[in-house]
Amino acid sequence: MPAIELIGVKKAFGEIQAVNDLNLEVPQGICLGLLGPNGAGKSTTMRILTGQSIADEGTIKVLGMDLPEQAKFARARMGVVPQLDNLDVDVTVEQNLAVFARLYRAPSVPEAVDRALEIARLTDRRKDSVGELSGGMRRRLLLARGLVHDPELVLLDEPTVGLDPQIRTQLWTLIDGLRTAGSTILMSTHYIEEAERLADEVAVMTAGAVIARGKPADLIKEHAGARTVEIYGPPHELEEHRDRFNTAGVSVRAAGPAIAVLAAEDAPRELIPDHAVDRAASLEDVFVKLTGEDAE
Amino acid sequence: MSEVVTTRGRTIRIRRFDRAAIGAVMSREVANFRTFWKGTTFNSLLDPTIYLLAFGLGLGTTIVGDVEGIPYVQFVGTGMVATAVIFSSALPAMFGTFVKYHFQKTYDAILATPVDTEELVTAEALWIALRSGFYGTFPIIVTFFFGLPPEPTMVLIPLFCFVTAFGFASFGIAVAAKAQKIDQFNYVTTTCITPLFLVAGTFFPISGLPQGAQVVAQFNPLYQLVELVRGAAFGFESVDVLRLVALIIFSLVLWRLAIRFMTQRLID
Repeated sequence: MPAIELIGVKKAFGEIQAVNDLNLEVPQGICLGLLGPNGAGKSTTMRILTGQSIADEGTIKVLGMDLPEQAKFARARMGVVPQLDNLDVDVTVEQNLAVFARLYRAPSVPEAVDRALEIARLTDRRKDSVGELSGGMRRRLLLARGLVHDPELVLLDEPTVGLDPQIRTQLWTLIDGLRTAGSTILMSTHYIEEAERLADEVAVMTAGAVIARGKPADLIKEHAGARTVEIYGPPHELEEHRDRFNTAGVSVRAAGPAIAVLAAEDAPRELIPDHAVDRAASLEDVFVKLTGEDAE
Repeated sequence: MSEVVTTRGRTIRIRRFDRAAIGAVMSREVANFRTFWKGTTFNSLLDPTIYLLAFGLGLGTTIVGDVEGIPYVQFVGTGMVATAVIFSSALPAMFGTFVKYHFQKTYDAILATPVDTEELVTAEALWIALRSGFYGTFPIIVTFFFGLPPEPTMVLIPLFCFVTAFGFASFGIAVAAKAQKIDQFNYVTTTCITPLFLVAGTFFPISGLPQGAQVVAQFNPLYQLVELVRGAAFGFESVDVLRLVALIIFSLVLWRLAIRFMTQRLID
């Protein structure tokens, strides 16, 4: 039985079709990265999975339970880590955790709190109010709050958005620990590196639907080949290079101050200038190719 | 209806309307309240004292003598219970609810756990009503120092306050659920809350108003509360049972309305 099963799910907000015929299956015990640009429908999908948003159409099963009818019961077995910090800042670290241990009906609140404090490595700060913690500690606490009841399924909604690299690395270590321990994780993110490092599989989502799915290495091989070359230069030169590659039927994308030639190993050698930078193809190449160059 | 959920080798019984969920949400309120209870308690004691000094002693010793056979300071003191109840229930419910769903996103976090909107709203209203039931008695305690004789029936006053406050807390939650901006509460305060507490028989008897206004006042839950409190202080009448029933109905209707509106607000 898959941990999550979405079949033909649709959800619109007025004129906006946030989720559009979404099909997604997450097997138990893996970390699936839901990768997509802003507005792709990732957060709406997360809300549908907790029953906080009701789909207009489609079948939704979480841990074998039908949603939205059994959403409350399914939520007892899953933990949710939100994108935004919504901790209670005036109360202590352990009080924050204790409240959620009760909300999740943990059999022993003190034990659940102690375990969560260990996960967040905040045992020595348990009596401090949340307002006294650093940004990184607060994010670790937010993660631990969603794990206080030792859930089978963890939903991480953009877990490291807006964080500096040190804090992000700390959280990645925690998330990787969860994955290693066998929890099923669905992690929405628009950070490619995050998905590449943590996810066993990646589902690329855009315009409310999954358009590609697979292991990061397989997706790269399938959509971006083995090598990418980046060509730097003034805009008019880049435009000329781009036209030449397009005429030759080679996939090219904008890459900031450069253009990136995908599957460069198959591109005619004479089109690649000497100053081009050769590198291994990445998930970013796949992401931009599949979701388009224009951001919302 | 309940379901036994098995997770990681342990079983949890989750009911459709679960006391454990309500208790858990209230435990969050208690934890937060412990950080600001001193200020709230100070206000709740000082406000009726100031009002009693200004209206009770000021007016009572200079302009107004007895009202309906009751010394004016005691008339105001017992009426002040209604003021304490509405200001410690409707206003915190309105502002607190709006802040929690709009700014702090607290309800998003709670609704990601096995708690539904019905339990969430019930817990919030219950907590406010409990607080209000407690703080609603403060004007009575202050009035003891102004000569109000204690009566055994006064032990019912916290109950009357609780029932009324539950209704007004639900009212506040329902209003917050419909509000788009926090400024909109000004309209509700001016057009609804202020008239309700002014025409509750707190500072002057309703019997002095025109007949039409007296009829309208009968639909004011605060007026019914004031009458019940004065009944507890100076002797009940048989009609007081109907007043209590009316307050219970008022609270239950507003409770269901608050759940409905909050569900519309929080579940999209």
